[in-house]
Parts: sequence; C-alpha cells; structure tokens
Amino acid sequence: MRVLIGRMWMMVLAGVALSCAALTACDRPAPPPRIAAAADLRLALTEIAAAFERDTGRKVDLLFGSSGNFYRQLQQGAPFAMFLSADEEYVLDLAKAGRTTDQGRLYAVGRLALVAPKASPLKVDEGLEGLRKALARGDIRRFAIANPDHAPYGRRAREALEQAGLWQPLEPHLVLGENVSQALQFAIDGGAQGGIIAWSLVQDPALGARADFALIPAELHAPLRQRMVLMRSADETARRFYAYIDQPPARAILDRHGFALPSAAN
Amino acid sequence: MDWQALNLSLALGGMTVLILMPIALLLGRWLAFARFRGRAVIEALVTLPLVLPPTVIGFYLLSGMGPSSPIGRAWQALFGDGLVFTFEAVLIASVIVNLPFAVQPAQRAFEAIGQDLRDAAATCGHSSWRCLWRIELPLAWPGLLTGAVLSFAHTLGEFGVVLMVGGSIPGETRTLALSIYDRVQGFDMQGANSMALVLMAISLATVSMTFVLSHRGRRHG
Repeated sequence: MRVLIGRMWMMVLAGVALSCAALTACDRPAPPPRIAAAADLRLALTEIAAAFERDTGRKVDLLFGSSGNFYRQLQQGAPFAMFLSADEEYVLDLAKAGRTTDQGRLYAVGRLALVAPKASPLKVDEGLEGLRKALARGDIRRFAIANPDHAPYGRRAREALEQAGLWQPLEPHLVLGENVSQALQFAIDGGAQGGIIAWSLVQDPALGARADFALIPAELHAPLRQRMVLMRSADETARRFYAYIDQPPARAILDRHGFALPSAAN
Repeated sequence: MDWQALNLSLALGGMTVLILMPIALLLGRWLAFARFRGRAVIEALVTLPLVLPPTVIGFYLLSGMGPSSPIGRAWQALFGDGLVFTFEAVLIASVIVNLPFAVQPAQRAFEAIGQDLRDAAATCGHSSWRCLWRIELPLAWPGLLTGAVLSFAHTLGEFGVVLMVGGSIPGETRTLALSIYDRVQGFDMQGANSMALVLMAISLATVSMTFVLSHRGRRHG
C-alpha cells in the first residue's frame, strides 16, 4: 500500500510538472491570427483557409460561432484579428465604435434551407407546403432554428416563418441552437422533425445521405448580407487572408457552398 | 485529437491546484478550528460555487473582470491588455469555481484531528507552527490531497464558466471540454469521441485516486 501511495504521489508531481511544461510550450511560437467567423461559414471557410495555407504557407486559426456572441466578445476586447459576420450590422456597429480598421467588405449573401432527417414525416419543399401540412397533422414535435436573439440565421428563419404564416403554430415546438451549426445538429441528430438552417451548411455530401433539403425563397426574408472586417490588432497574415477572400479561388469556394457573391465593388 | 486543448486543460488543472492548495490549507484549517460569529456565512460563501449554475458564476466573473470593471481596468493599465478571454481570466475563474472542492476536504481533515490532540501538543510546549508541521499535516494530508485531486478533475470537466470568460480561443482558452463541444457542432463525431474518451480516462484515474486516499485517511483517523 505504501508503495502504491508513493507511486501516486509521483504521478501527481509528474502531472503538475507536465502541466507547467505544457503551459510554457503553449506560449512559445508566434500564434496564427484568430479569425472569428459566423457558423454558416464552417465548411466554406475551412476550405478557404486550407487553400490559403497551400498558396501562402501561412496559417490562420478559425473560430466558428454565432455572430451576435462574437460581436459581444469583440466589444469586450476579445483578441480576434478578423471578424466574418453573418449580419453586416454587427460589423458596422463595431466600426462605429472604432474597434475595426474600416467598415469592412461585403463578402457573401447567405440563403436559408429547410432541412428534415430522412425518417422525418416532414417532406421538404421550397414553398414550405410540406411544413404547413406536417404542422396541421401534428407531426412536428421539435423544430430547430438558431437563436434569433443573437444568431442572424435564427432571425431570418423567424422572418421567413412569419412571412409564411407559420411562426405562431411552430413557436411552441422550437428548439434553439446557440448558432446555426448547432441548429443543424439539433435538426438532424437531436430528435427534431426538421429545422431551418444555412444553405451553405448542407452542401456537405456526407449530410446528403442523412437528410433532405430545400432552398427557401429569398423573398421570404431580409437578405443575409454578410460583412467581414479587420480588427485594429490585425497582423500581416490576417490582412493577406482578408484580401485572399476576395480572390477567385476563395470566391469559387464560397460559390460552391451556395453563397451568392456580391460584386467586387462594395 | 486536439493536443493543444489537452495541454491547455492539463495546464489549467495543474495551475489551479498549485494556487488553490495554500488557500485550501489556510482557509480549511481556519474554518475547522476558529470559533467566531458569522462562520456559517463564510462556509456558505465557500460552498456557493458548488450549487450555482456555471452561467451565473461566468456572468458575474465576466462583468467583474470585463474591460469596464475596476479589475479589468487595473489589469489593462498593468499589462496593456484586457483580462477577459485570456488564460489568466480562465485561471482566476477556475480557482474560484474550485474553492469548495479543495477547501471542504481540507476542513473535514483538520476537524477530524480533534481539539484534545492539539491541546496535548500545546501542553508539551509545541508552538502552533510546530503543531501544524509535526502533528496536523501528517494527519490531514490525505484530505488535502483529495481536495487537490478533486479540483484537478473538476477543472478538466468545467465548461460553462470557461466558455463565458474564455470564449473558446485555441491555445489560450479552448480546453478539451470546449473542443469536444466544437467538434460535435462540426459533425466530427469521431474527433469528439476520441477526445471524450481521453477526458473520461483521465477523470476516472484522478477520481479513483481520491477514493484510495479517503480509505487511507479513514485508517489513520
């Protein structure tokens, strides 16, 4: 027993020593710039960052989340070099507060998608008729969208549902994701019968086998004008990445993921 | 496997324990032996992080350490950089959240020693310090170590507070628990699974250690 306790002491000490070593190891290299990006960019921007690294040899750290949360964190001084918002208002607001280098640039316009798992009684269609019928039949118990309080895709989803006259019957069944990729996860894995999420997130072939999607008409909601901006702390790599997103290879990736591209002049 | 996040979690756990142990020793011993009015209030305050939702603690810490708070402003003046969304902020939060996990076992261990033994030591001419080193610590160390191990394990599992004051920044505040959450959102179930297994294994190992220690403490007591 005594030997065992002795060994455990050694393990604790080794653990503490290892932790200290790990800590010093963590702050050794100059870290790549941190890029805060709206959750709808998860697939597209990951691909763009890989192409950027291939072309320039430079790395960026991508963080995905709800634009509203990033906005709040940036207001509190979070150390991000660049912000790609799903709602341009957040960027313009930060610019007004003097936290950014300028007013940034429009980089994409997002679209909404209606999604349902393969086994769902909900049949998806562009006119939302399937959703209307499923609701009338009482087949919808849970329906996922991003939180409209701080996630732009949640806000636009609410607008589209209000336009279609479906918000009121659907509201008691809503389950809210912290951001749009969590809403997608709830809609497909979380036992929900469907959801409204970003069109750009369903372009993943692995997802196509598990769920059905339909593009929601753009007339049902205000456009998802997505703006990016450099923060005042941006370094050279962040500046190059910002410029890279306007170049043809990156624009082709955005296009392939279902984003509408604004003209270069904006 | 997110090695950076694992490193960060281990570093956070190790540093939390290092900072917390002297506090737990002094506070636990004081609470065990001192008799004064308002002791229950102090004990309740120490226990509070155990029952409060992490979002409540996180919310108060965020406002308390944010750029417009006195602490945040003082930090900015001293180091030229904001406090929230840094490793230091998460470490401060972690120490506060783990207070009951470290202090309570320490307090119980000191209480188990009994006043008569301390009185006997005093009668033999032992000073308070000598009594602590020669009599109390040899008896109370399993309790102290239990507190250390529990705090370490609990730090690895902490999620809400770290997310709120840390913001999940890679290499700075994204611990293993946050990285798992992120992988699940990115539909990387395999990545999430392997990291969850690692976290589970470490936690199981550390927690079983506390049981070994508590049995040993009982034999001594």
